[in-house]
Amino acid sequence: MLLALILALGGTMLLQKAFTPKLGLDLAGGTTVTLSPVTQNNAAPPEEILDRAVNIIRDRVNGTGISDAEVAKSGSNIIISIPGVGQSEAIKLVATTAELRFRQVLAMEATQAPQDLATNAPTPSASASPSRSATPKSSKTPEAGTPKPDASPTGKAPASALTAPTPAASRQPSDDPDDGQGPNNRQSPDSTQNPKKQQDGKGAKASPSATPTGQASPPPAQNPGVNTAGIDPAVLAQYNKLDCADPKNRGQGVQDDPKKQYAACETDGSFKYVLDVAKVVGTDIDTASAGIQQGTTEWVVQLDFKSQGAAAWSKLTTEAYNSQEPRNKVAVVLDGVVITAPNIISPIPGGRAEITGGFDQISATNLADQLKYGALPLKFNRSSIDTVSSSLGQDQLQGGLIAGIIGLALVVVYSMLYYRGLGIVAVLSLVVATVLTYTAVVVLGHNANFRLSLPHIIGLVVSIGITADSFIVYFERIRDEMKEGRRSLRAAVEVAWVRARRTILIADAVMFIAAIVLYFLAVGGVAGFAFAMGLTTLIDIVVVFLFTKPFIALLAKLKFFAKGHPLSGLDAERMSEAGTSGHTTKPQEA
Amino acid sequence: MGLARRLYRGEINVDFVGKWRLWYSLSGFLLVVSLAGLLINGLNLGVEFRGGTVFSFKAPTATIEQVRQEFTDQGVHQPIVQTAGEGWRVTTETLGEGTLTQVQSAVSKEFNVPAGQVSIQSIGATWGGEVSQKAWIGLGVFMLAIILYLSMAFEPKMALSAIVALIHDLVITAGIYAWSGFEVTPATLLGFLTILGYSLYDAVVVFDMIKEVTAKLGHTSKQTYSMAANNALNHTLIRSLNTSLVAILPVAAILFIGTTLLGAGTLKDLSLALFVGMIVGTYSSLCVATPLLVTLKEREPKYQAIAKRLASTGGGKGSKGSKSAAVAKG
Repeated sequence: MLLALILALGGTMLLQKAFTPKLGLDLAGGTTVTLSPVTQNNAAPPEEILDRAVNIIRDRVNGTGISDAEVAKSGSNIIISIPGVGQSEAIKLVATTAELRFRQVLAMEATQAPQDLATNAPTPSASASPSRSATPKSSKTPEAGTPKPDASPTGKAPASALTAPTPAASRQPSDDPDDGQGPNNRQSPDSTQNPKKQQDGKGAKASPSATPTGQASPPPAQNPGVNTAGIDPAVLAQYNKLDCADPKNRGQGVQDDPKKQYAACETDGSFKYVLDVAKVVGTDIDTASAGIQQGTTEWVVQLDFKSQGAAAWSKLTTEAYNSQEPRNKVAVVLDGVVITAPNIISPIPGGRAEITGGFDQISATNLADQLKYGALPLKFNRSSIDTVSSSLGQDQLQGGLIAGIIGLALVVVYSMLYYRGLGIVAVLSLVVATVLTYTAVVVLGHNANFRLSLPHIIGLVVSIGITADSFIVYFERIRDEMKEGRRSLRAAVEVAWVRARRTILIADAVMFIAAIVLYFLAVGGVAGFAFAMGLTTLIDIVVVFLFTKPFIALLAKLKFFAKGHPLSGLDAERMSEAGTSGHTTKPQEA
Repeated sequence: MGLARRLYRGEINVDFVGKWRLWYSLSGFLLVVSLAGLLINGLNLGVEFRGGTVFSFKAPTATIEQVRQEFTDQGVHQPIVQTAGEGWRVTTETLGEGTLTQVQSAVSKEFNVPAGQVSIQSIGATWGGEVSQKAWIGLGVFMLAIILYLSMAFEPKMALSAIVALIHDLVITAGIYAWSGFEVTPATLLGFLTILGYSLYDAVVVFDMIKEVTAKLGHTSKQTYSMAANNALNHTLIRSLNTSLVAILPVAAILFIGTTLLGAGTLKDLSLALFVGMIVGTYSSLCVATPLLVTLKEREPKYQAIAKRLASTGGGKGSKGSKSAAVAKG
C-alpha cells in the first residue's frame, strides 16, 4: 500500500515530467507585495468586493506582460507574487489606485490591432466603444469606411451615447449596494430632460461609426483629416507613434496626468485617441449604477455627480456638444486607457447622466463599478514589499538544504549509535519519509501550485524530529516489553505496537491540530510553516503504520534480532543486567 | 556504572514528582525573572513588527562605515547595518516608493552590484500589528483546541497541566529574548508556535504513560498517585531525552547554518527560538507538567485515600514531597 502510494506519486512526477518542486519567491527570487484593504473601523471588506479587486489587480499585472505572476487572497489581504527581479515598476502599478478621468476627445482613429488581441482586454466594457462596426478588420477591406447600412434603421447601432437619463429609466436589482437609490432617481424631476433631445440622441447614436472608420482607411500619413488645432505637438507625436496592437499600451496601470493632454488606446486596441486635459475626474462622481432603460431591453449606466462635479460635467458636455466630430465625444479613461468614449448628444447640466449603447448586464455593471470605485473597489495599503534577489534566494535555499542534510545526518548517526540494529529501521523509515515528502511537495507544486518557500523548508527540517520521535516511542516500548523478559521479540513487537500506536496517534493529533489552527489563522510565512508541519505529520503516520511496523515485524523473524545480538540494539545484556533487574522498571513495583 | 549506561538500561530513577517544591520555586523564579525582563526591557521587535525597510545585498569588499555612509548619503536616518555572511543587511525606517528605488540604485552603483541583486523588504507600520494580532488569536484558538482535545483523549486535569507547562515555556522563552535582546521577527514567532507543538508532544507521551500506570491504582494498591506518576515519568525518561535530542539536533543544524552561512535572517531567528524553547520545553514536561498534574490529582478523594492508607501502614512513604522514590530500587 505504501509502495502503491510512492508509485502513484512517483508516477505522477514522471507523467508530468516534474522532478523539482516549485520554489517560492523567497528562494527563487522575486517580489512579493502584500496589500491590506483600508476600511472604516477596520472591518473586513465583503468577500465579493475583495474578489473583484483581486481580478482587477490580476488584469493589471497581466497587462504589463509579466508572466507567471500570481495574485491571491490571504484573509482580507491580497498578496501579489511577481517572479524575477527588477519589477519595481510592477509594484508601483499594482499598488496604485488609479483614478478615473473624463477627457474630451480631440482626435481619434481606428487602429489595426489584430482582433484576437481584443480578448485580452481587461474589461468587457469595450462593447461600449463608440463604434463596433469599425473593427480593425473592416478598415483593411475595400468596404472600409462604409457604415453598416442596417445600423441606423434599427436604432441599435453599437455606439454609445451619453444623455441625461430618461425619466422612465428604471433600475434593475443588481449586487450594487447603491441600488437603493434607484427609485429616487426615477422620481426626481429631470429639468434637462427633453423628449425631443432624446429623439435627437437616438439619431446621433447611429452616426458616429462612420467617421472613425473613414479616417482609418488612408495610410497613417501626417494626421490627415485630424483637426490638430489645440493639440499639444508633443502629445500628437506620441499619438502618431502609439501602437495599440502592443498589449503594453493597453495594459492598465499607467498614470496619466490629469492636467495634461494625453494619447491613449481603447482597452481592446481598436481605437487610439488624443484626449484633452481631464476636466472631470473620478472623485467628482457620487454614484454610478447599471440598469435597464424602461420600455427597452437596453442596459444603461447611470451616473450621478457631486455638486462640484456636476458643474464641471455640465461645462464639459456643453463644450463637447458644440464641437465637431470627433470632438463631440468624452472619453472615460481608467488606468490610462480609454474604457469608453460616448458621444455627447446634449449638454448635461443636471449632475446626472446616462451612458447607453451596446451594453449587456455584465458590461454595464462592470462599467458602473469602474465609474464608482475608480480602478479598485477598495483602497489598499501596501503592508509589505519583499524583494528577494535571486542570489539571496539561492543562498537561503542552499542554507535550508544544508541544514536539512546536517540535521538528518545527525539524527541518523544518533539512532545508529543508540539503537544499533533498530537504528537501521529508523534510518530507512526516515528515508521513506523523505522520499514521500519530496514527491508530495513536487506533485503538490505542479498540481496545486504549492510553492516551496523557506518557512516550508524549515518546517520540514524541524519535523525530522517528529518523525524520528514516533520510532523512538515504538522502539522504547519494544525494549520495555523485552526488559520485562517475558516475551519473545515477535510477541513484544506486537504488544508494544498496540501501546505505541495510541501514543503516536495522540501526539500526532496534537501536532496536526497545531498545524491546522496555525494554517487557518496565521498570515504569510506562518501558514506555510504550518502547512509543512501538517504534511509531515500525516506522512509520519503513513510511514510508521505502513513501513516501520511491518518492517520491524519482518526483522523480528530474523535470528540476528530475535536472539538479541549485541549489535541489534535488543540484546538483553545491554538493556538490563539479565535476570536480576528484570523487574526494576516495572511501574507496578516501584 | 556510568550515567549514560544506566540511562540506556532504564535504571535511572529520579524523583521528579517528589521534588516538586524545588521545581515550582525554580520555575516560579524563572517566570518572575522573565516577566520582569518583559516589563523592563520589553522585546526587541524586528522590522516586521515595527515597520521599516531592510536592504540586503552582497558587497564583500565594503566596510561597515562605507555601507552606513552610503545610506546616510541617501538621506536615510540611522540605518542599522549588520553583516550577513558575505552580504549586508541594512535596516532603515519605512521608506517611500521613490526613496526605495533611489537607494537601491545608489547602492548598486556604489558597491558594484546589479540593482536586481539588492533585496528589499519594506513593511508598513500597521502590518506588524496585524501579524501579531493574528498570532495571538492563533495562540488562543490553539490552546482551546488542545484543552478540548486532551480533555477528551486524557482528562481535563491533564489538559490543564499541559497548558500551564506550555505557557510556562512560552513566558520563559520570551523572557530569555527580552533579557538577551535577540530580535523578535515573524520567524521567531514561528519558532514560538512550534515550541507549543513540541512541548505538548512531550507532555502527551508522558501523560499517556501516567494514564496507563495510574489506571491500575485501586484500594489495594501499594502506590500513591504521585509515586505511580513518578515511575511513569522515569519510564519515559529515556524516550523524552532521546526525543528532545533528536528534535534539537536538526534545529541545532539550522541554527549553525543560519548563523555562520547566512548571518541574520529567517533561519537564524527561527532556530534560535526553537533551540531555546525546546530546552525549556524538555525541562517543563518533566519538571512542571507532571508535578502539577500530581498536585491536582492528589486532591481527589480517591487518591487521598490511597495516600492516607499507605501513610498509616507505612507501606508507602506518603504522597507528594516523598523522598521514597528518589533512589532506584532493584
